[in-house]
Amino acid sequence: MSDAGFHHSLQVLNDACKGCTHCMKRCPTGAIRIAKGKAWISAELCIDCGQCMAVCPNDAIKIEQDPLSQLQRFTYRVGIIPAPFFAQFPDTFTVTQVLSALYDIGFTHIYLAETGVDILDILEAKEKAQALPLISNFCPAVQRLIQIRYPLLVENLTRLRSPAQVTAIFAKSELKALGESLGIFYLTPCAAKIAQFKTEGSEEHRLFDGIINFDTAYNQVSTLLARDKEKYANQNIGFTFPHCTRKALRWSLVKGQSSNQSGRALAVDEMHNVIEFLDILEDEQETSLRFLELDACAEGCVGGILTVRNRFLATEQLRHWSTALPKELSQDLVERILVQSPSFENNLCLKAPQPMQVMGLDKDRSKALQKLEKVDRILAALPGIDCGLCGCPSCLALAQDVAKSQASLRQCVVLKLKDPKELNSLARIWGERPTTANGQKDDQA
Amino acid sequence: MRQEYLVPAQDFSVAGVASSNLKRLLKQLNINPFTIKRIMVAVFEAEVNVIAHSYGGRIVCDLEEEEITIQVIDTGPGIPNLDLAMTEGWSTASEQVRELGYGAGMGLPNIKKNCDHLTIQTKAGEHTHITMLFCLKEGE
Ligand SMILES: Nc1ncnc2c1ncn2[C@@H]1O[C@H](COP(=O)(O)OP(=O)(O)O)[C@@H](O)[C@H]1O
Ligand code: SF4
Ligand SMILES: [Mg+2]
Repeated sequence: MSDAGFHHSLQVLNDACKGCTHCMKRCPTGAIRIAKGKAWISAELCIDCGQCMAVCPNDAIKIEQDPLSQLQRFTYRVGIIPAPFFAQFPDTFTVTQVLSALYDIGFTHIYLAETGVDILDILEAKEKAQALPLISNFCPAVQRLIQIRYPLLVENLTRLRSPAQVTAIFAKSELKALGESLGIFYLTPCAAKIAQFKTEGSEEHRLFDGIINFDTAYNQVSTLLARDKEKYANQNIGFTFPHCTRKALRWSLVKGQSSNQSGRALAVDEMHNVIEFLDILEDEQETSLRFLELDACAEGCVGGILTVRNRFLATEQLRHWSTALPKELSQDLVERILVQSPSFENNLCLKAPQPMQVMGLDKDRSKALQKLEKVDRILAALPGIDCGLCGCPSCLALAQDVAKSQASLRQCVVLKLKDPKELNSLARIWGERPTTANGQKDDQA
Repeated sequence: MRQEYLVPAQDFSVAGVASSNLKRLLKQLNINPFTIKRIMVAVFEAEVNVIAHSYGGRIVCDLEEEEITIQVIDTGPGIPNLDLAMTEGWSTASEQVRELGYGAGMGLPNIKKNCDHLTIQTKAGEHTHITMLFCLKEGE
């Protein structure tokens, strides 16, 4: 239950934050509190899903963004580009133009991330997990959500390498002659993938040399496309852009995975739906489902926090392109893959993810039991409105924080208004809040 | 710490509610997920039995540092032949109950399989009292 060193890509900008509680109420792991009028994200609980950033009305959640200049560290620069990136541009630009502009912003080789789907197919790699139904590990935000909030379902997570990882291995293997001067870069639609890449020891960290946010690349590419209109208008040279099958191009869309599984399968998208569904699934004793595709974002990755274009339009765009694609991979690409197949030998199954026991009240069980009883009694004294004004997402969360000595009952605004004297004595019984690690203490009436 | 849940007779719409509420508590105690899973399977089966076969009852959970004791106590009618009831596949469930997906006769055997110690006190015409013990020691 290690991975203490998990990297986070989201951060609160204190100057912009108004402590409005929107993010706190949306957070799927209850990782956010408001202290001293500012939001604070628990590093232990954050899954980098980006829900807080999406809902913040004040642009006060910042996402890590590495500059494009990082490409210059390498002589040869491979871009692993997920198909939704190409769907960010309006219909007036063709794929060839976008591709051509991608080379112009600094890539020397471009691979479609989805080619990995076809590679896995050709290598006959199968999704597997210790328990059914299999839950796809495709969305890293969902994987972490399960590790933290649904520990009983961790065994159900699949362990096959993600298509993007597979494509990176393929590219590295094909281009190994270029040696040390070769850098592999991934374009990301979301915070979760940045966090994954930046976590030391992760497979992404090992396979990629850098990560570039969708919007960063989008801005550069569209600037070029607008500036050199003439040049790109005449652009229809064939670039090295491995094709993929129809199924692969749709992989990151909703039902992209589930519609290609044998047996009964289901797709659920958007965080609150995913949570509603996992709550039921964790209680389920038996199920006839074999495969679950769960995406944190609405409509899948085209709804990622770093996307620019409307997710419905982007979905339609990808579907439209996919209809022109073959169901089978071209023979020359199949051959290219087979040539590199030794690189994949015994290299497609990942380590089993572990549950992270961070939702407990205390690591010590006897203390956790005492705190659990406390929570019960504190909760009975709270109004149950879940207004969030105390800085906790619910009355239960405040009760838990008080039991953990991380908050004081004095934070309850409703009790304060109703009966300040009573509140004083209750607060004394249950303990004042000590000054927290970040030195904040905002609950003294 | 003690926690009680009431289980009504014949109301299959609430099957699993008590075990699910218990799970919510257990998750806060830093208990190994595999142990929680075992507890959930056993308690769920006992809960369904109260709903399907008894006049109603309650689940009493005693949570302690190293073990969890769960008693499922109903108000009758008791089990006339316990050995038979413990047999895999043996069931007196009605056709109606089977149609709801219960009544495969695996409940009691699964309870036995998933807990560390099981005692059942019962008699035809009287109540049934099941006591399940789960050890929480690491490394089991
Ligand atoms: N609480 C109970 N009260 C009365 N009879 C019970 C009770 N629990 C189990 N039984 C009897 O034992 C049988 C076997 O139980 P179980 O193994 O759970 O299978 P099932 O519930 O599928 O029938 C039941 O069919 C029923 O006759
Ligand atoms: S659905 Fe896609 S874009 Fe959204 S968090 Fe998951 S992987 Fe990232
Ligand atoms: Mg039964």
